[in-house]
Amino acid sequence: MIAQLWRIARKDLHSELRTKEALNAALSLTVVLLLLFSFAFDPVADEGKQWSGGLLWLVYSFAGALIVNRGFARELTNDCLEALRASPVSASALFMGKTLAAFLILLGVELIALIPFSVFYDAGFGGHWATLAAVLALTTWGVTVVGTMFSALTVNLHLRELMLPVLVYPMLIPALVAAIEITRGLISGTAFDPVWFRLLISFDIIFTALALMLAEVVLVE
Amino acid sequence: MREKLIYALGIVAALYLVRNLYVMLLQLPDELAQGPIYRIFYFHLPGYFTGATCFFLGGVFSILYLVTRKWKWDSLAVSVTEVGLPFAAMNLITGMIWGRIIWGIWWTWDPRLTAALISALIYAGYLMLRKAIPDPTERAKNSAVMAIFAFTSVIFTYKSNEWFRTQHPAPVLSLRTGGGTIEPAMEWMLFHNWMALLMLAALFIAIRWNQEERRREIESLRREALAY
Repeated sequence: MIAQLWRIARKDLHSELRTKEALNAALSLTVVLLLLFSFAFDPVADEGKQWSGGLLWLVYSFAGALIVNRGFARELTNDCLEALRASPVSASALFMGKTLAAFLILLGVELIALIPFSVFYDAGFGGHWATLAAVLALTTWGVTVVGTMFSALTVNLHLRELMLPVLVYPMLIPALVAAIEITRGLISGTAFDPVWFRLLISFDIIFTALALMLAEVVLVE
Repeated sequence: MREKLIYALGIVAALYLVRNLYVMLLQLPDELAQGPIYRIFYFHLPGYFTGATCFFLGGVFSILYLVTRKWKWDSLAVSVTEVGLPFAAMNLITGMIWGRIIWGIWWTWDPRLTAALISALIYAGYLMLRKAIPDPTERAKNSAVMAIFAFTSVIFTYKSNEWFRTQHPAPVLSLRTGGGTIEPAMEWMLFHNWMALLMLAALFIAIRWNQEERRREIESLRREALAY
């Protein structure tokens, strides 16, 4: 299972790094959005520290929808999805492999986007890099696991690119709220409630378990 | 037979609703602090309960579909969700009208209001997903999976919202508070109206279910005709 999972993830990472389809699009999207938001709010005002964390997660979730959307759409050409289904890889390994690949790509985009974000919005995170890494990893996992599931559900739709965000964002709200609250605490230098981390962890556990349970149903039949 | 049952259910539900309206508008007194507007609560809470019952059943029917793969469960799942959504909307809209009078604002970003709005959006998404998938087997399967995710997410959103402070009035039912916070006659009225709304929902679900089964029949006939 682990070997199969890793093979699928590596395959996805390879094809993404070669074509850079989602990667380039997601990176340019984050920069454009960071630029646009700077007109909607005053980024250097003092209260900017209160909402820039929320803005960062909006940008990340837009990039996330773009990346998870590619997860299964990539397999549509030449009926690769059928080939994957026919291969001896188990559905849960296939699903988790795709999630892992999307997770690593999104995490990479997020880390790169942190640089323009800290420059444009004067955000220092108070040197709490470990906390920042934890909230990035936990939230990104939640976003990609739910996102990849919905990417599988919507892969055959005409309006796929539009349907996926509409369906997936409302589901992600608990995780995004927790991430926003923690990031806001880090940027503005105020304490945040540790309950948000518990919320994030339970979100990840519940939806990973659910996705594993349902992967067979969605992918095999 | 089925048609007659539906008619009978419709008549009973209508009579029950009229009886409830008579009691709540003409017999029960105004509430001490809020005045007459409190009566909207007789639709606000039962509407929520009815919507939640429908969404819960939608989750159950979806699981049953995935287990048995019988079309009937898929038809039932879409029927209950479609009927549940207007009741959820009834809950939101009556709440907004009440809020305008008591709080002075239509909407506040209170966690309970937000959570109710989120679940309405999620179930609207479910219905959109159904409309977007042309193949009936894939539609049934994918929307069943979505319904399970949706229900989990709705519970999770509500639970996570309990950690926020809330502006929404605290629970009043004696089931939750142990009694003493609500006049028994008023509480009875709530349950009566919940029953009436549930009957109404059952009526709509039965009609919608019939429709869905027929639509499926037409769809399969059309497929057969096209196959030749």
